[in-house]
Amino acid sequence: MNKRLRRGLSAVAIGVTAAVALAACASGGSSSGGSSDDISKALKDGGTLTYWSWTPSAKDQVAAFEKAYPKVKVKLVNAGTGADQYTKLQNTIKAGSGAPDVAQVEYYALPQFALSDSLLDLSSYGFGDLKDKFATSTWNSVDMDGKIYGLPQDSGPMALFYNKKVFDEYGIAVPKTWDEYVAAAKKLHEADPDAYIAADSGDAGFTTSMIAQAGGTPFTTKGDEVTINLEDAGTKKWTKTWDQLVEQGLLSKTVGWSDDWYKQLGNGQIATLITGAWMPGNLEASVADASGDWRVAPMPTYDGGTAQTANNGGSAEAVMKQSKNPALAAGFLKWLNSSKESTGIFMKSGGFPSTTADLESSAFLDEKPEYFGGQQINKVLVDASKSSDNDFTYLPYQVYANSVYADTVGQSYENGTSLESGLAAWQKALAKYGKDQGFTLSSK
Amino acid sequence: MSTLQHPATGASGPATVTEATTTLRDPQARSSRASRRAERKAERHVDGRKPKRSGLLTAVMIVFVVYSFAPLFYLLVNSTKTQASLLSTFGLWFGGKFNLWQNIVDTLTYNDGIFVQWLGNTLLYVVVGAGGATLLATIAGYGMAKFQFPGRRAVFAVVLGAIAVPGTALAVPTFLLFSQFGLTNTPWAIILPSLISPFGMYLIWTYAVDAIPAELLEAARMDGAGEFRIFFTIALRLLAPGVVTVLLFAVVATWNNYFLPLIMLSDPKWYPLTVGLNQWNAQATGSGAEPIYNLVVTGSLLTIIPIVVAFLFLQRFWQSGLAAGSVKA
Repeated sequence: MNKRLRRGLSAVAIGVTAAVALAACASGGSSSGGSSDDISKALKDGGTLTYWSWTPSAKDQVAAFEKAYPKVKVKLVNAGTGADQYTKLQNTIKAGSGAPDVAQVEYYALPQFALSDSLLDLSSYGFGDLKDKFATSTWNSVDMDGKIYGLPQDSGPMALFYNKKVFDEYGIAVPKTWDEYVAAAKKLHEADPDAYIAADSGDAGFTTSMIAQAGGTPFTTKGDEVTINLEDAGTKKWTKTWDQLVEQGLLSKTVGWSDDWYKQLGNGQIATLITGAWMPGNLEASVADASGDWRVAPMPTYDGGTAQTANNGGSAEAVMKQSKNPALAAGFLKWLNSSKESTGIFMKSGGFPSTTADLESSAFLDEKPEYFGGQQINKVLVDASKSSDNDFTYLPYQVYANSVYADTVGQSYENGTSLESGLAAWQKALAKYGKDQGFTLSSK
Repeated sequence: MSTLQHPATGASGPATVTEATTTLRDPQARSSRASRRAERKAERHVDGRKPKRSGLLTAVMIVFVVYSFAPLFYLLVNSTKTQASLLSTFGLWFGGKFNLWQNIVDTLTYNDGIFVQWLGNTLLYVVVGAGGATLLATIAGYGMAKFQFPGRRAVFAVVLGAIAVPGTALAVPTFLLFSQFGLTNTPWAIILPSLISPFGMYLIWTYAVDAIPAELLEAARMDGAGEFRIFFTIALRLLAPGVVTVLLFAVVATWNNYFLPLIMLSDPKWYPLTVGLNQWNAQATGSGAEPIYNLVVTGSLLTIIPIVVAFLFLQRFWQSGLAAGSVKA
């Protein structure tokens, strides 16, 4: 063979090998979803994962997982609580690298990450079969447009937590309707000017939950179309009641989760908490002073008849699209939020479950925590979870929306004026932001 | 023979002749006495008589002292309390069980001793970052002050402009830039931006103009010394007080650096103390909260101790540095 021919043949050989190699690279590791078999294979093969979460039980859950699947190493990182972590997540998404495999995302923020195409759709991994394992409202929060963006971790059906000692001291009956609640607020504050029925300095999550309980749907999202209406019938129903408390100065202005707030919960200056079912764990861990004083009752309603509550808080875990081992990440997530072992660890640390098996277990329902004077609080809370199935939609930029809440609606609280003007300002700000971000807005 | 009284401490000097002669022979005592005498002379030189006492100024200074000292007092008092008594006792005085030692132990061992890891990180960033910044600022300031080169005015303008741009405005662009290099979430993301101190460079520059006589440099050059030799053996000694001032500024800024690490780092094992303590503080919020305010307070106390020690230790240089360059020998 002469030189030229040999060189030409070797060039062709190299080219062919390269093409085959490239083809192999391209076909392996498809980016558009695997199957449930991929999960079991990935768990058997092992690997490493990064998991961002601030849940206190995460450490024990990860340890248990590594024991069950010794070939998998999970690096648990607490990258911040709530909005702090979302900022970091957004930064990594923008930069295109550095995101974890699995991240904890609260329900209100999940649509934002899902719609920006940052989360992996888990329906191809057979996650649809897990639907019956979870409470309906929590499943609706992770199942959007037929795609499954995560698995629920806990749920937060709202209830009325009240300080029985304070109520008995001033002869206040447990309110069943909102009108009774306002009357109780007046009675309490008149008897003790330092005490308040509740603390509310403006919390976006609380507001959206209250509007949901009143039957309002302030936000609707359809693809790129966003509708914002903070003046609908449900919203007005809520503001009619809550305005009375704001305008008459019956709410403490203490900021939630501050040490002053904990102090006042302990000494009875804040007499009730209208919040999610995950609160008992917090009270037990942080307000030791008031042990034995608090009880749980169903949330007051507008008509005093049918039970109706809403969800407040709670998170899911999701797989980030940037994950280099999506099958393994999906496998970890499945174990984390649907295996009995994992949810057991979660509940032991005070979490309120979203899995129906745990919600209906008699052991759970019969618990008589000492902190609540031996009341079977879980019965009340699980009942609440049954009547909180309303479908509430969040904005695709809800994290931003909540961050500007204080500037708009917060002003009404500050000045003791009607919430309607504050909500109108919030609506205006959100519409403007949506337009700037490229969404089409309609305000009716 | 008059007794010498140290202006600050009020310790009196030798009272007998023999004591005086022995201290006169001791060179260190001699120089400190000489400096004390010089200080008192300077004091008397102001009006030709003792400086006037002003009631109003004293009152204002007392307010300043109380205002500055109150948070420190709060830290000292409240790091002795347990988590529960923090929330139920009066904030400005002790209450409940005296828990300081337990708090310190808990702070250092919580979460597998992550606080010690954070302390190590902060020391790393400060030593490499602030130390490096001081060195670079000194070299640059010396160069600007003592050398003529084309583009000198442009450099001047750019540096002054750089001081004016707020760090927060640059944080996100810096993040995007660093993530392109894959440097986010590494210590380099904190150290590299800390190495640039335009303010330090400006300080050294103005100080070097007066503190280093050009004739000295000329003489050294004529004797055949290279530029770096001149810098390290002659100029640096003369610039010492200015360098310490810049070092102190840089150390404080790097020790307290919060926003940049917050943006750059997502793995707690690289956090400095500022970001770490904030994370502990945020643990009190939301579902599944686990407030550890007692550890946050104790941790804050432990965090400020090294800075306070550094300031007290370097006080001599700090005080002389501020004034020394202003008086021509």
